[in-house]
Amino acid sequence: MATITIDGQKFDVDDTENLLAVALSKGFDLPYFCWHPELHSVGACRQCAVKSYRNDEDEQGMIVMACMTPCSDGGRFEIDDEQAAEMRAQVIEWLMTNHPHDCPVCEEGGECHLQDMTLMTGHTQRRYRGAKRTHTNQDLGPFINHEMNRCIACYRCVRYYRDYADGDDLRALGSHNNVYFGRESDGAFDNEFSGNLVEVCPTGVFTDKTLGAHYNRKWDMQNAPGICGHCSLGCNTSPGSRQGILKRIQNRYHGEINHYFLCDRGRFGAGFVNREDRPRQPLVRNADGVLEPREMDVMHDVMTDVFANAQGVVGIGSPRASLEDNFALRHLVGAEHFATGMAGHNQRASQAGLAALQSHADRLATLREIESCDAVLILGEDLTQTAARVALSLRQARRNKHLEYAAANKIPKWHARAVRDIGQYNNSPIFSATTQATRLDDIVMSPQRLRPDAIAELGFAVAHALDNTAPAVKQLDKDTQALVDAIATTLKSAKKPLIIAGTSLGDPAIINAANNAMQALSAINEAARLFVTFAEANSLGLAMLGGNDVETAFESIESGAADTLVVMQNCLYERAPKSRVDAVIKQAKNVVVLDHSFTRTVGEATHVLPAGSFAEADGTLVNNEGRAQRFFQVFIPDAPMQEGWRWAADLAEVAGHKPEWQGMDDLIAKIVADCPQLAGIEEAAPSQSFRKFGMRFPRSPHRFSGRTAMYANVDVRERRPTVDADSPLSYSMEGYYGESQPPSTLAYAWSPGWDSNQAAITRFQDEVGGPLKGGDPGVHLVRKNGDSTPDFIAAEVHAVDGWQVVPAYHIFGSESQSARAPAIAERMPAAEFRVNADGAKTLGVTPGETLELRIDGETHRFPLAVDPSLPKQTISVPVGMHGVCGLRLPVGVKPE
Amino acid sequence: MEETKVLTQRIRPDRSPVFIDDYMAEGGYEALKTALSDFGPTEVGPLIKEAGLRGRGGAGFPTGVKWSFMPRFEERPDERPAHVYLVVNADEMEPGTFKDRMIMEGDPHQLIEGMIIAAYAIGADIAYVFIRGEYVECQRRLQRAIDEAHEKGFLGKDILGSGFNLQLYLHMSAGRYICGEESALLSALEGRRAVPRHKPPFPAASGLFGQPTTVNNVETICNVPHIVKNGAEWYKGLGLNKDGGTKLFGASGHVAKPGLAEFPLGVKLGDVLEHFGGIRHGRQLKGLLPGGGSTPFLTPEHLDTPMDYDGVGAAGSRLGTATMIVFDDQTPIVGVLKNLEHFYAQESCGWCTPCRDGLPWVEKMLIGLEEGRGQPGDIELLDLHVKLLGPGKTFCAHAPGAMGPLEAGLKYYREELAALIPDDAKTLSLTESANANPL
Repeated sequence: MATITIDGQKFDVDDTENLLAVALSKGFDLPYFCWHPELHSVGACRQCAVKSYRNDEDEQGMIVMACMTPCSDGGRFEIDDEQAAEMRAQVIEWLMTNHPHDCPVCEEGGECHLQDMTLMTGHTQRRYRGAKRTHTNQDLGPFINHEMNRCIACYRCVRYYRDYADGDDLRALGSHNNVYFGRESDGAFDNEFSGNLVEVCPTGVFTDKTLGAHYNRKWDMQNAPGICGHCSLGCNTSPGSRQGILKRIQNRYHGEINHYFLCDRGRFGAGFVNREDRPRQPLVRNADGVLEPREMDVMHDVMTDVFANAQGVVGIGSPRASLEDNFALRHLVGAEHFATGMAGHNQRASQAGLAALQSHADRLATLREIESCDAVLILGEDLTQTAARVALSLRQARRNKHLEYAAANKIPKWHARAVRDIGQYNNSPIFSATTQATRLDDIVMSPQRLRPDAIAELGFAVAHALDNTAPAVKQLDKDTQALVDAIATTLKSAKKPLIIAGTSLGDPAIINAANNAMQALSAINEAARLFVTFAEANSLGLAMLGGNDVETAFESIESGAADTLVVMQNCLYERAPKSRVDAVIKQAKNVVVLDHSFTRTVGEATHVLPAGSFAEADGTLVNNEGRAQRFFQVFIPDAPMQEGWRWAADLAEVAGHKPEWQGMDDLIAKIVADCPQLAGIEEAAPSQSFRKFGMRFPRSPHRFSGRTAMYANVDVRERRPTVDADSPLSYSMEGYYGESQPPSTLAYAWSPGWDSNQAAITRFQDEVGGPLKGGDPGVHLVRKNGDSTPDFIAAEVHAVDGWQVVPAYHIFGSESQSARAPAIAERMPAAEFRVNADGAKTLGVTPGETLELRIDGETHRFPLAVDPSLPKQTISVPVGMHGVCGLRLPVGVKPE
Repeated sequence: MEETKVLTQRIRPDRSPVFIDDYMAEGGYEALKTALSDFGPTEVGPLIKEAGLRGRGGAGFPTGVKWSFMPRFEERPDERPAHVYLVVNADEMEPGTFKDRMIMEGDPHQLIEGMIIAAYAIGADIAYVFIRGEYVECQRRLQRAIDEAHEKGFLGKDILGSGFNLQLYLHMSAGRYICGEESALLSALEGRRAVPRHKPPFPAASGLFGQPTTVNNVETICNVPHIVKNGAEWYKGLGLNKDGGTKLFGASGHVAKPGLAEFPLGVKLGDVLEHFGGIRHGRQLKGLLPGGGSTPFLTPEHLDTPMDYDGVGAAGSRLGTATMIVFDDQTPIVGVLKNLEHFYAQESCGWCTPCRDGLPWVEKMLIGLEEGRGQPGDIELLDLHVKLLGPGKTFCAHAPGAMGPLEAGLKYYREELAALIPDDAKTLSLTESANANPL
């Protein structure tokens, strides 16, 4: 700790911090550009000039950059100093010598850090009379627009993209006042986290192209607190909409999960909400076999008919739908007829994951915590493709070695370039065993490419090496044993080791191995952490809720025990082989699908009820660490569409068991009453009746262009805002907005003088980069199983003889909702099967030739490509894309 | 005035290079042998410190003191980092400066011998010469000399049986002025953008590739063998005042005989000018930049200034590289300043705002003045830039250096500059608001 004085006020502050971070935390308006809470200080822009005094006698003082100034005890600083203010205004005047002043046509306008800083410094008079330099712009792909003339050369983009996200195809080119930030040539950014440039850039150089396509200003957005639905991590988002169109996804700060950054799937994957082909009113298949739109008022009779004549109903829920939607379906069909919507292999893996979380509930890492782990073992997961945001956290974890060197040389942690310079290419150790090369291999020590059973074996062997009472696996070869010993030694000696596993290979043994390793490790080091990733946004929630797997539901139809299938926001073709799904749908008398997208299953259904997507509904999702989080409706759709759980309640009523709940609050209360394992979800966000000073919480900023404009596409008369019956949010700019609002209701970040998302959030934190005031949202549901140490799990692995199919996931394409977003679809890789060179030779297929693969009665034909990283007799198949959906894992195949 | 030839003693009048045989015949590598046999690794530094050798790159920092910042691992060999580096800055790009080129081209082994002794003194095992890309002839000759030194066992493993190892590499710069700034040089040598680094940490703590590093100028290092050979007292005695040793002096511009000469530190400015033949065409001196483009002007009133670090400092300028650029009385000062600021604006690395965007503005104002488009307020705006591009306000010393001659120019030639603004010129601004700040 240190005591420093800023503008005459004394503060006790953290002496390991720099003055800028401290001044911002204390609420001072000190302008800055190149500094960023995650990128730290480099002293490039010279914007945060303050006066520093050597001691109490010093009257002269000197200009220093706050970001480069340590908070040493006794420091005395003036922000409100004439010379410092002159310098700060002058920096803006210099920056403006080449800035085009095109605010009226700039997408950044209204949330531009450069605009904010210009006003803050008070620079208004332009004295520069010269010409401005101009640049040509590049086509950077479907996500990001490039307008280099606006650049003020703060270097944040390259510092984020290269130094933080480890990207390589954005650089600072040129020099003097002609520095160019771009790629060597046109093309989409290669890095999976490029979208953050939109928020990292303090002005309009990098802007959201998907927003630009149907642009409106930040102040005219109607937002809601969102939870990303495109993987299991539960990153917090702020979806913005206007007039029933979802305009964009912005980062919503969560101190323990995503903090300032999202992955590109999360940011650009929401375009499916705006698709024309979405079912926007009920559809019923007519006598000619064609799905026909029906008005809402006839649906009561239609559905009464369906349920009155049903001979047994089974429900298939969805691991990407909310707990509320799934629970309501469960109520409709009865718990014994409810399926989670997961395929058997995925369900078993998810349950193994849940068991691992329960065994180590007190040792679960958050994404933020991963960044402080100094040794990591990854078992099976190709994280960049299956849970991308973890990969970005791991890229920070590897830099702990840099911080270690820096600390030994008394270099403060915020001194970004010095830390990098002394760290160079030395990384904290990360070990990884996956089925094929991954995008993290550049920071992994001797990456292992193994088949799933061998990955599990490796994990069990590490557990055994850490604790010889942990079950051993069969004799390993000398090299593998040496690697296992090296991994065990590294994990043992680490300050904070981390084990990561997941369900993407559909093999519970991998998670069991991670569970054992974690158990062995936590006996050695209390700081050891576990991180388990799941397949979808609510996989863990569904594993906790419980239910049958999809195959069991199918058996009910196949055996004739039931003839009516109700599907909640799920595509059966993603869960089982096409032939089986086709047969089940054919056999079932009625297939009722409640969904928001026109899936293959919707196309085959007898009845389609348009359910709201995340943008048109509220709900609770349980992320991979067992954190229940609430998302809120963004806008009211201009279509007869309602939440999945409202449809399920309506159906239950016509089926003769009207639920006792009416709205969101009593539904949640009922879930908690019926499912004690989910107790806590009611705390994930305040109830519908919660108010602050009698007020709701606004979805739109105070400067929203009035209600008259809100529905101008329909009617220019001013409407009374719709009352939100399900949440304490308002559909307007009215309400309480500010620091003492519950963070789970914060729909957008704005603060007087700070209009940009990444800077405004500082006012909602006690310390920049720390937790939100009032605590980061969400409630941990997973509790430890008793006090006693659980037994080790038997080291059982299931090897496949001969050829084996392994899934190749891709961030852009493998998740079906985001794959429907046009921007993501554009980045989807071409379909191909991959084997290693020997494999291609054995199969007698030359690369580029089409290979035919029959799996569970379905045939796929794709070109063959060689991937030297694949183990022998292993063929990787692109999953979730190009019609490859229901892959039962593990799959053995035989060449013919 | 007679030259005192120490560093230039072997330079041949025809400028043909001295290679290994001649160099050794003239006492070359004797100092290395002395250093390795008579001095422990930690004993050379104190000798250099005592001799009072100061950095010849321009900043004048005491070399022995700089070396003493290097961490020593004799007592704790386990903690010895992978490498310790000596880097010689041969990126001579200061406008008007050509002194290092002459000694590298004429006597390359002198530099190599100095480097081996310096590396021994700081515990370095790898040494680089970071050399200006355009110095093609230097590179050729130095590389030959390095190869010769290797063959003779002065470089490589177990040098002269002392157990001391040193690898020496020649690195050609891709060419930016900022590479002469020692930390930008290190960035460039690592293959990164040549952007300066913030100090602390200093290179001795975290230098090349994050390892302990010392960066010295070519001329500085060339002094080392002579000090080792002749002792600190001898060296101190060479200087006329407080600073020891000799210095290479150069002159370009409006002198009758431009060139290079070696004088004791403390020689009078007038004597140096006289050596170079005085002002050409019988004209009068208007002013000169005593140590390269980034040193403030000296004027005819400064001819008695002793040319050493303190002496030139007292006259309001810097000794710099001691290679002066001389202007006669018919030189329009605005052109001089414009050319200088054009150079510095071009050579800004683009990292910090004041330098990147301030220098081009300064250049444009000077062009405006020269072309008769000046406006009232321009001189004051130049003053403002001098103030706000000063030390501490920019990231490195590049822009403050560029402001050196401008500040002195505005001081000594203010009326000449102000007279360039047409009498009928008005201040044009885009807005004339009574309420300048709407906030």
